[in-house]
This record gives sequence, structure tokens and C-alpha cells, in this order.
Amino acid sequence: MSEAGPRAIPPPLPEVRARQACEEESRVAVDAPVRATAERRVPIAPEALARLAASMVPPPPPAWRRALARISRLWLLVAFVLVWELVSIFGQRINPQLDVMMPPPTAVFSAAADLMSRGVLFTHIFDSLYRVLLAVGAATVLGVPLGLAMGWSPRFRIAVDPLLEFIRPIPPLAWIPLSILWFGIGDVQIVYIIFLAAFFPIVLNSLAGARDVDPYLVRAGLSLGARPRELFLTVVLPAALPHIFTGMRVGLGIGWMALVAGELVAAPSGLGYLINNARTLFRSDYILLGMVLIGVLGLVLDYLMRQAARLAMPWHKGQ
Amino acid sequence: MQVDVTNVSKVHVSMKGEPLLALLDVNFQVEKNEFFSIVGPSGCGKTTLLNLLAGFEQPTRGELKVGGATITAPGWERAVVFQEYALFPWYTVVQNIRYGLRRKRVPESEQRRLVDHYVSLVGLGGFESRYPRELSGGMRQRVSIARALAVNPSILLMDEPFASLDIQTREYMQDELLKIWQQEPKTVIFVTHSIDEAIKLSDRIAIMAPRPGRVEEIKTVDFSRPRDPTNPAVVRLAAEVKLWLRQQVFGSKAAEEATLADQQIAR
Repeated sequence: MSEAGPRAIPPPLPEVRARQACEEESRVAVDAPVRATAERRVPIAPEALARLAASMVPPPPPAWRRALARISRLWLLVAFVLVWELVSIFGQRINPQLDVMMPPPTAVFSAAADLMSRGVLFTHIFDSLYRVLLAVGAATVLGVPLGLAMGWSPRFRIAVDPLLEFIRPIPPLAWIPLSILWFGIGDVQIVYIIFLAAFFPIVLNSLAGARDVDPYLVRAGLSLGARPRELFLTVVLPAALPHIFTGMRVGLGIGWMALVAGELVAAPSGLGYLINNARTLFRSDYILLGMVLIGVLGLVLDYLMRQAARLAMPWHKGQ
Repeated sequence: MQVDVTNVSKVHVSMKGEPLLALLDVNFQVEKNEFFSIVGPSGCGKTTLLNLLAGFEQPTRGELKVGGATITAPGWERAVVFQEYALFPWYTVVQNIRYGLRRKRVPESEQRRLVDHYVSLVGLGGFESRYPRELSGGMRQRVSIARALAVNPSILLMDEPFASLDIQTREYMQDELLKIWQQEPKTVIFVTHSIDEAIKLSDRIAIMAPRPGRVEEIKTVDFSRPRDPTNPAVVRLAAEVKLWLRQQVFGSKAAEEATLADQQIAR
């Protein structure tokens, strides 16, 4: 027991005692081992999470509803065709010559049936397709390696560029007279024109593809022991594939247009020939059929090219 | 001594044609299986130094040697892990890791064994057929590390490998890297901005300064791993280096304005 004289140290105030007790506690706490402050919640399984999310949003509309919505997007096109048909029917009463000037949409089908019965429709279609595929194929086989080499090697590009840039501005159609002189009228001549049209987009896009390869990917390849040829095949080429496919798509599109123009001028068969020949016969329904077929086939080819790109590049996110 | 850098200087010519001294008289050695970090502010030349070690560039003066042989070109003996992963997007995880093995013409069965080993070493089991774009940042970096380790390089060069990751993943990856390195010892040259990261991981740290790029000092980190960030000696080392770097980057005034506590610790 301490003597409570006038000079004795008074006992600590309650607040001071409380603070001291607190400090004691924290000193002990620092020495204690560290633990995560909260127990980790039991994770929800991915399937359960998906079900939970689905339960919170309204269900998607049934399949028939969605199909209907997609078809209804075509309403403007359908309206256009309907109006055209009606105008044609009533207009004919006023001006009988309208039949030849602007045939109704239904004339397209009758013209198709007509040509099919004569066995020539598919010949024309096939001939046109054959020419464009051959020409674009050749343009790809020659143009892609050239473009890649130009994009990868500045020295090579500098050497080849002047010649290329001299020929490129000449429209493919301007080549028609010379090509007829060389090849006569026929498949070879038309394929040549289409080839010229498709070649330059393919070269330029492949060039861009090789030139724009991420330099870090090149360095990664080198630091893993890739030699120049391996580097080209395993890094540059795959990296350039998206550009290459863009070039092929553009080349196909321009080539298709050059096909029609070329066949308009001089050809023994094909859709362009069909249109031109129909003009001389005043068969505007054939003309219309030809135009519709050209448009549809062009779309189909482009769609197939996009699918080919998607299949060839499974790692690439969409076009 | 495995890596020998002698009197290395590097001049870069800017697009305007002005010569820039990226590195001046850099000298250091790295021992076998040592974890050697290079820290410094932006523009101090640490990436240039790494490029020279990798063989992507050649020095203007001086020599860099590995195992006695001068470095002339990139190669699998000095595999690199990049900040932005540099994974080949057209290859899956497994195909990426196999890349160097195929370049080395390693037999198929051995390739499969090595790939399986490194996939599990970096903890990516179950993700073998994924493409890089389906992976998170941390996972991509793990593929990058596995790909570099698979070729069994003499030196592993790492250029700010965790800088693109969020802090949680970054700290986790640092621990993972240490685990991997302690399991399979290798000489590592590790470039980073972060002093704390360097102190946590390395045996020695080269501290670089800019204009011109040079190695100011090489500090030895003498503590046993795992390093305790609250250890006063560790704190002091970190504070010293940080203060010095702050002065380099922002000038003496900024260094003076550094918190009193930092300065007192450094003193």
C-alpha cells in the first residue's frame, strides 16, 4: 500500500488507464500472426451465377418473334418492289412503251424461267463466276507474296515501287484494247482484265499487313530463336492475315465490277454479255435479270469471302 | 561471372537527326543464378540496356558478353519477357510455349513433356487451348514467362514484366516468380520502375540515372527471402534509393520537400 502523502504520484486517471490498456492490447496484436480480416465467401459456381443473372433479366422473345423482327427489317425493300410493280402495271395502261423502258419486278422471274428453259442462264452465270474466281485466285497467288515482301523489306519495296506505281493508275478497262490485241476475245482476255483489277488492292493490303506487324512480336520471335525464314512464316504471315483477307475482299469486289465491264465491251458469254446483248434485242427484262444476278452474286461472293476469313483466323475477333 | 558489360555506350539518333546519348560507360557483371534488377526513372536507358543484352541492338562502344561470348544477335540463350506480353495471338497457350522448342527442333515427346511441366509450373492447368485474347493480364504474363523458360535460356531478361498488371495481380505474380525462380534457379536480369519490387525480388540492384543514361550505383540486398517490408533495414534501403531517385527526376527541391519521416529514415 503506498503512502498517500502530498508528494505521492496520484493514481492514473480513468481515461489514462483506458488508453494504456488499449496500447497494451495493440502491442500484443502486432506480435500475433497476420490473418485475412474476413473469411473468403464461398464462391458461387459459374452455372449458378449464370442462372442468377438470367433470373434477373426478362426472358428473350421466342424464336418466331425474333425471326419476324429480322424479316421486318426488309420492309422498305419490299415496299419499294411493290410500288415498282404497281407503277409498272398501271403505267403500262398510260404508256404501252413502259414495258420496254422499265419492266416490272415480276419480269425478272419470267426472264429467268425463259433463259433457264433455253439452257443458257446457268452457262452465263458459270462463265462469269469461273472468270472472276480464276483471275482473283491468280491475283492472290502473285499479289500476296509480292505485297508481303514489299512490306517486310524496305529495300525491295524501293526497288519495285516505281514500276508498280506507274502501272497502278492505269484503269483495268483501259487495258481492254491491248488485251484483245494480245489474247483475242475470250476467257483469257477477260481474266487478264479482272486480274489487273484485283491485283493492286491485294498487293497494297498485303504490303500494309507485313509493314504493320507489331515489332514486339517480331522481337519475341527473335528472342526465342527464330531464323529469318521461320520468322516470316510463323510471325509476319499470320500477323498480316487480316490485312491479306481485306485485300482479297476488296480485290474480289473490284474484280467483279471489272468482269461486268469487260464482258459488256467484248465477250462471248457471261452476265455482262447477257446485259449488253439484251440491249440490242430491246429485252429490258433480260437486262434487269442480269443486273439482279450480278448484284446477288456479288453479295454472295463477298459473304463467302468473309466466312473464309473467319475460318482461317479463329483467333481474330470479327470483321 | 556470367554476364559481363564493359564500357558500354549507346547513341541513338532521333528522327530529326540529333544524336542522343542513351547510355554512357556502363560497367557491371552479373553472376550465375543471380537475380539482378535494374531500376531507374523513365529515360535512364534501362530499356536500351536490356535491348543490348537481348541482342536487339548493338552498342556504339564497349562490349556485352554472356558466358565469355560477345552478344551479336537475339537468341534463345537470352529469352525475353516483355511488358506487353508479346504473345502470338494466332497460337494457343500451348502453341506459344512450344514456339521456342520447335525453333530448337526439340523432339516431339520432349516438347510435350516440357510444355506440360511449364504449364503446371506457372499454374495455367486447364487453359492450354485458350487463345491469348481469352486470358487475363496476369495469365498472359504467366504464358510469357513459361514460353521464355521453356527454351532453358542461360539468362532470363524481363522488361518491366508486371508493369501492365493491377497491383493485386502484380504482387501475386512477384511471389509466383520468386517461387518459380527458387524452384528452377536461373540468372535473371529484371528491369523495373518499382524500388519495392526490386528490393523484394533481387540479390543486387543497379540504380540508373538519365541524361546521360548511366549506372550510378549497385546495391546489394542482403536479406533472406521472403523479405519483410517492415524490417527497418529494408525500409531504410528503400527510402534511400527512393529519395535519391526523386532528386534525379524532380530536382533537389522536390527531394527536400520529401516528407520529414522519409528523410529521417534515410538519415
